[in-house]
Amino acid sequence: MSGRRVVTAVNATAAIEGIVPGMGLADARALDPALLVEEADFIADAAALAKLAAWCDRFSPSVTSCGADGILLDITGCAHLFGDEAGLARQVRARLARQGIEARAAIADTLGAAWALSRFGSGVAATVPRGELWPALSDLPVAALRLEPELVALLERLGLARIGELYPLPRAALAARCGDGVALRLDQALGRAAEPLSPLPPKPLLWSRRSCPEPILTAEAIATALRELLQHLTRRLGEEGLGARRLSLAAYRIDGRIERIAIGTAFPSRDTRHLWRLFEEKIEQIDPGLGIEDLVLTAESVEKLAAAQLGLDGETARNDSADLAALVDRLANRLGMRALARPVLRESHIPERAVRFVAPLAEPQTPTRWNALQLRPVRLLPWPEPIEATAPIPDDPPLLFRWRQRAHRVRHADGPERIAPEWWRRDSPIGSGASAPESRDYYRVEDEEGQRFWLYRAGLYRPDSAPRWFLHGFFG
Amino acid sequence: MGEAADTARQERLADLRRYLAEAEGFGQAAAVLPFGAPAIDAALPWQGLPLAGLHEIENAGPAEEGGAAETFLAGILARLAPARPVLWCLRRADLHAPGLALIGLEPRRLVLLRASHERDILWAMEEGLRSRALAAVVGEIEALSTAASRRLQLAAESAGVTGFVLHRSAGSAAASAAVTRWRVAALPSVPVAREPGIGRPRWRVELLRCRGGTQAAWDVEACDATGIVAVSAALADRPALRQISAAG
Repeated sequence: MSGRRVVTAVNATAAIEGIVPGMGLADARALDPALLVEEADFIADAAALAKLAAWCDRFSPSVTSCGADGILLDITGCAHLFGDEAGLARQVRARLARQGIEARAAIADTLGAAWALSRFGSGVAATVPRGELWPALSDLPVAALRLEPELVALLERLGLARIGELYPLPRAALAARCGDGVALRLDQALGRAAEPLSPLPPKPLLWSRRSCPEPILTAEAIATALRELLQHLTRRLGEEGLGARRLSLAAYRIDGRIERIAIGTAFPSRDTRHLWRLFEEKIEQIDPGLGIEDLVLTAESVEKLAAAQLGLDGETARNDSADLAALVDRLANRLGMRALARPVLRESHIPERAVRFVAPLAEPQTPTRWNALQLRPVRLLPWPEPIEATAPIPDDPPLLFRWRQRAHRVRHADGPERIAPEWWRRDSPIGSGASAPESRDYYRVEDEEGQRFWLYRAGLYRPDSAPRWFLHGFFG
Repeated sequence: MGEAADTARQERLADLRRYLAEAEGFGQAAAVLPFGAPAIDAALPWQGLPLAGLHEIENAGPAEEGGAAETFLAGILARLAPARPVLWCLRRADLHAPGLALIGLEPRRLVLLRASHERDILWAMEEGLRSRALAAVVGEIEALSTAASRRLQLAAESAGVTGFVLHRSAGSAAASAAVTRWRVAALPSVPVAREPGIGRPRWRVELLRCRGGTQAAWDVEACDATGIVAVSAALADRPALRQISAAG
């Protein structure tokens, strides 16, 4: 069979001519010499299908591609947004048609039934009411049960062409003839056997969707729609006792592209105004292209959030930490979380290590008091800077030093305060690397104008080598 | 006749000043933080620093050698009540929390924000001033434009959060909507009882601009552990100082 070229897919026009998948290319050409043939590219098909599945997540938060030619939507709890189930199927097909994609749709209680009806049903769109699976499936060919081709051939040889013909057969006889596969598939289609839609059922997502009667183009129109979506979603969050940590807005353009923006919060929130302000900054990032037809707001991450306490005046009680969280969210949303920090004093004598930075909303620490005997500058250079210093007497502060082209004559000095290296730490900034750990002798000095500096001499005084001096900070 | 008319005029002027002060939100009822140094408080129309407003503080020396203005400011922040957090927006991360803690400004009250552009700092300051979560917002700005100062002043008035613009060096005298502008310069310390070493640190604090007030200057002892400055006893009653700055 090698070298035989086979039709893998056909469009509606070719189907009318009688060309079907599985037919040899030569036979197809014989039916219509003008047939337009494209090489099959399964990898590109799979990629396109995955993209289309992503595009479909405007209809339901749970979408997967299904086989090589299908997309499966779990529409539990979604249909009411589109009127009813039939309305949803109509909208899906209409939206796909606008993309130039012909599609068949089926809605049923089981994956098996939806699969069967979408591929073998008589109409382009089928909706099976609850409890009517048996009659709906009975006329379909057995191939609609997602069986291996050999099993289909076996059933047909046995004279069992339609699914309905399997209904009266004793299960044991069916299993004895065809193995467990047929019985299982039949049970799955009829809802007698459970079939999870995906290995892990997704957590119930909270989302809110808005379809635009006319494609929208302006930031104002997006803003108006987003405000409505937020109001709806925060109400839902309130009903569930939840707050959002992460929200994303997907804007579906009429050209099939999807624009997304997302915001995050430090604490769960369902405050419409606060969430709106976070989004407000980012709306301009959405490129509407030729227009946006759908907007979907999804709470991607939620956490429990108790109902707000009401004060006696009916207003929400003031809450400083919530106000601070709201402010931090706004600042971090624009400047990045790393732009914000809270200093925490640390028990280390090494000036560079005396402060640790924690997240701005970290749990409040017990107040740490700095030992008042250890005078520290208010400005500390990130790295000590070498200075030229004239210090004629060993173990005395310099009389004169020069830093950044400015000479300072020292009038008064305090010190030294010897700060020894933390030899037990490998990453100690003092004496790190290959050199031996070095202590520092710090001096507080005041120049003629009254400016007060923090200087140190690296290492102990040695008569045989010139001392190295550094400037490290400024006092008030 | 001239004298009576003069008195009437003075009274009318005083009335107008009071009216303007109240219209601007700095009436007697508005929240004020006294310095605790009578000489300074007396020079301010509000007997202290009005809290719902913007204040500018600058260092006298070159930008890279600050310290005095930061410490003066930290002393004010340490005494703000209630002790809500302070948002301090800076461009260089060289603020040292242990040094501030020695003046009474607890590190846990500090929320530091580092931004590389001044426009981001202005934006963050405005956001902070409109938030009710903070006691004060500090922004390190080189040159504050008149328009930016107006925006910040309005934001500070609206939520009652105190705004401080910290200039690391002197200069940039653009018209400003800020309520006050201060300059702080280090002065040689006064030796303590012939002991060697650095004595009590001192500053020259100048009130360069004050809405409804006049310029003034004081030599003070730098903030103590509770953030309070003291006008040097030996210099407090020298009227010459005020004349110097009024002339300059």
